[in-house]
Amino acid sequence: MTMSQRPASYRVSQRRDETHDTVTLTLEPAGAPLESFHPGQFMMLYAFGIGEIPVSVSGPAGPAGLTHTIRAVGAVSRALCAAAPGQVVGVRGPFGTSWRESDAFGQDLLVIAGGIGLAPLRPAVLAALSERVRYRRITVLIGARSPAELVFPAEYGLWRDLGARVEVTVDRADASWQGHVSVVTQLIGPAGLDPQRTLALVCGPEVMMRLTARTLLGAGMTASQIRVSLERNMQCGVGECGHCQLGPLLLCRDGPVVSYHAAAPLLSIKEL
Amino acid sequence: MTEVVAAVLADHAFAAGLSGQHIDRLAALATLIEVPAGKRFFAEDQPADRLWLISSGRVSLDLQVPGRGLLTVETLGPGDELGLSWLGPVPRWQFGAVAQLPVTALEFRSAAIQALCDRDHELGYELTRRLLGAAISRLQAARIRILDLYAAPTPSARGPR
Repeated sequence: MTMSQRPASYRVSQRRDETHDTVTLTLEPAGAPLESFHPGQFMMLYAFGIGEIPVSVSGPAGPAGLTHTIRAVGAVSRALCAAAPGQVVGVRGPFGTSWRESDAFGQDLLVIAGGIGLAPLRPAVLAALSERVRYRRITVLIGARSPAELVFPAEYGLWRDLGARVEVTVDRADASWQGHVSVVTQLIGPAGLDPQRTLALVCGPEVMMRLTARTLLGAGMTASQIRVSLERNMQCGVGECGHCQLGPLLLCRDGPVVSYHAAAPLLSIKEL
Repeated sequence: MTEVVAAVLADHAFAAGLSGQHIDRLAALATLIEVPAGKRFFAEDQPADRLWLISSGRVSLDLQVPGRGLLTVETLGPGDELGLSWLGPVPRWQFGAVAQLPVTALEFRSAAIQALCDRDHELGYELTRRLLGAAISRLQAARIRILDLYAAPTPSARGPR
């Protein structure tokens, strides 16, 4: 068994409910830490005795710890979401490609997130804000189903304080909500896009990413200026098992972050 | 004042591509208004007789739902058009509209726009195209929201685990 296949033991040091079905876990190494990750990469998290799933890192790159935001949608993710502080989980990684947000140095960085799609983008936002002066505008557009389903809402104010424009919209709202109610693509126009000098990072449900990319292309951006994060059935993490194949891509190795130039022809093929 | 209105109109997305002459004709029908937060533009089921082009601020389109209160169905902001119901077969507001944030907008009487379109078919065509575009954008956005894209995915063999 190679190092990439052998899970390292990490202990849950903190557990925070984000929404009714989404939890953020902070993990500390119980032994030797894994190598550091780049924003956008994912880890394989192993709930011992149940199974393993790919989960993007949602926290800042730190000396040893990892942060993951997990939505309970199946047996493994439910077990991980229920993990209490002190519990040990297995971790393999980091795997895959990264956002490479620093490619936007000297330009505008536009981050567009839908639902829990903000989780894989958060490390890129934090990294960009830690080097704020190297970017022109940093804009974060966030869409969610409802105000109660926003992830990391307590941080948006801090991001604004650090120099980002942050706009939040929801699909449905009760009378107490005083923000936007619309689809996230409707925030793009008012954001004042400079299509020649923008790098867009987009993550959310695939249909949302497709519609967002279409709006960005319509505003004058090229597909190469847009990066999306794709997910399939990642298992080995190193491009050997083929479970995560999407056309010519093995997403655990060639993704999850891919240029929309490569992704666009694949996203509308029914069989994929 | 007309020059100020024309300048505001020329800056609005609705006027993109309009000739200077057409902007002047349209600006002659407009009033620049400022609406404080909380003030209502119109209420559901009243006669629909105006159009606003929003320059700044935010407007909530809302609907009173028994047992759930006043629900915001959509918000509109800079570059958006407020008040399309007069284009429909029953010219009454289908929703209410209230300023969520202080709003600056150009206000038009729908009858004046229709009269202008009758006199100037070329401008009428341009305005029809833009209003239709706004209606289609709203329709598409509504359809996307109906899809409930952020709902939890259904577990499947190759899906969520």
